[in-house]
Amino acid sequence: MNLPETRPSADPATPRNAPATAGAPAPKPAGKAAKHRLEEWRGQAFVYLCVLLLVVIIFSIVVFIASRGLTPFVSQGVSVKEMLFGLEWAPEADHPMFGALPFLFGSFSTSLLAAIIAAPLGICAALFMTEMMPKLGKTILQPAIELLAGIPSVVYGFVGLSVIVPFLRHTFPGQGVGIMAGAIVLSVMILPTITTIATDALRSLPAGLKEGSYALGATRWQTIARIILPTTLPALLTGVVLGIARAFGEALAVQMVIGNAPHIPHSLFESATTLTSIITLSMGNTTTGSLHNNALWSLALILLLMTFLFVFIVRMLERRSKHA
Amino acid sequence: MKKSVVLLMTFVLALTLAACGKNNDGGNAGASPSASPSGSSDAGASVSGSFIASGSTALQPLVQQVSEKYMAANDQVSIQVQGGGSGAGLSQVAEGTVQIGNSDVFAEEKLKDADADKAKSLVDHQVAVVAMAAVTNKDVGVDNLTKDQLVSIFTGKVTNWKDVGGKDEKIVLVNRPASSGTRATFEKYALGTKSQDLPGAIQEDASGTVRKLVSETPGAIGYLALSYLNDSVKAVQYEGVEANADNVASGKYPVWAYEHMYTKGEPEGAVKAFLEYMLSDEVQNGDVTDLGYIAINKMQVTRDVEGKVSNK
Repeated sequence: MNLPETRPSADPATPRNAPATAGAPAPKPAGKAAKHRLEEWRGQAFVYLCVLLLVVIIFSIVVFIASRGLTPFVSQGVSVKEMLFGLEWAPEADHPMFGALPFLFGSFSTSLLAAIIAAPLGICAALFMTEMMPKLGKTILQPAIELLAGIPSVVYGFVGLSVIVPFLRHTFPGQGVGIMAGAIVLSVMILPTITTIATDALRSLPAGLKEGSYALGATRWQTIARIILPTTLPALLTGVVLGIARAFGEALAVQMVIGNAPHIPHSLFESATTLTSIITLSMGNTTTGSLHNNALWSLALILLLMTFLFVFIVRMLERRSKHA
Repeated sequence: MKKSVVLLMTFVLALTLAACGKNNDGGNAGASPSASPSGSSDAGASVSGSFIASGSTALQPLVQQVSEKYMAANDQVSIQVQGGGSGAGLSQVAEGTVQIGNSDVFAEEKLKDADADKAKSLVDHQVAVVAMAAVTNKDVGVDNLTKDQLVSIFTGKVTNWKDVGGKDEKIVLVNRPASSGTRATFEKYALGTKSQDLPGAIQEDASGTVRKLVSETPGAIGYLALSYLNDSVKAVQYEGVEANADNVASGKYPVWAYEHMYTKGEPEGAVKAFLEYMLSDEVQNGDVTDLGYIAINKMQVTRDVEGKVSNK
């Protein structure tokens, strides 16, 4: 360990301090080698164990959700078609109905709308931090935006309920709660994801590309619009898709501001609901194994499949950006 | 040397975390109840043991407060109080993962059909009564609602306050999710029928959120447990009867429900002692009343699973 930059020479052939300790030079290096082998082995075992554990955890989560979530279809007489395209959700009625389309609609519309609000903000913030005022951006703006990621979602929900919902209620017709309120809260929550990924992409752009553009006489705006943005587009889109995925899975903050009526709303300011909010609202009140409870697991399974889809899209975008 | 120590510690930490994760997983699946009551009831006055009470969030503050007092007096007993909802509490106590399941409704109402056997194995301990009142935003101008009027409002037949004697203002419903125990009580005893999830109606589970929305949204109506009433909302009379503890106790005001603490089989040891303490006059006249519940010993009427009311 205390042999600086001469590790290869530590083998028995050329021992540096051999003359001084002529007694037994051989055993010491051998002990070192054994120690290194042990170290190697320990490191490897640790990594393998962690990976194994990770795989087991992921696998068991998927199996657990799938086994619960498929029960209504397999043995409790709910059809997949009803679940995906039905408009009526009445799990406790005498003839229970499990139409989850309003939830799917709510989840997609809130997260897409949130991305539409947050993407320009996040990408402009990233441009500002990398191209326009790197120093100010790095010292003030970036920490401020990263701080947003650390705020608990219940705080976002409460701020939404206390500030955004009353504001929307006074400004627009309707009760204030609804898809718009949910999308605004979510857009702030996913801003750090989009900004961080966009900033990394812009920073890793080869300097020669920009300098070449400037050398040709292009202005800064021309360089940004024609060189920087097109080149980094796949990475920027990756950030946006990850933001949508985060918005799709967010439960508590959305549940507090969206109103939770299980219907497709007629306006952005009318009570609506999402997959996650119906799960958090109802899961605790239902008993394990009941049809209502299992139907909620089916919704969780749909959420899981949507997440897989988002990961797949991100993978595709990454591959595109490598080929470009 | 140092490096390997750090490595070893990381390893141990990872294993510990892994073990935690596995435990939680097993807990969900209903495996080994590691915290079974080890109370020895024959040890005389002092009891010992540890147990978990989980379920209803409406009952949680009371159980939490009483358990803290109980643990302070009996340092051999350790009680964990968790929320999760009535359904979760009943499932867990029936599976044996917790020792007490807190519920806003009778177990028979939640554990139906295939699970009806599970309900039979549970023993009911009614520890308090909670009453609910219909509450409106302060501006609607209505003091009293009859049963028929409430039904019309909550099924969407009446959509304007002027049709029930109030201002010309649109009615905004603030309901609870279909699975909620509070909603079940309100539907059963105030409406006598199921309400519907109407388009445009708001649904919230947390009473604090319901109160906030009702107090801020013009034309809003919802329902709250009496302990949540304050000046920000207006509690309306039901069939001319004001919602208060005396009217509930005498049986005049019908919109109330028991708070149940279920055990699997007859309770023993520490669990039994705790439930006895829960029903003692000290708790019933103290904590129960202070927190806005109605003491079980004050009730002059009783009600069974079917909803039949009889005088004590």
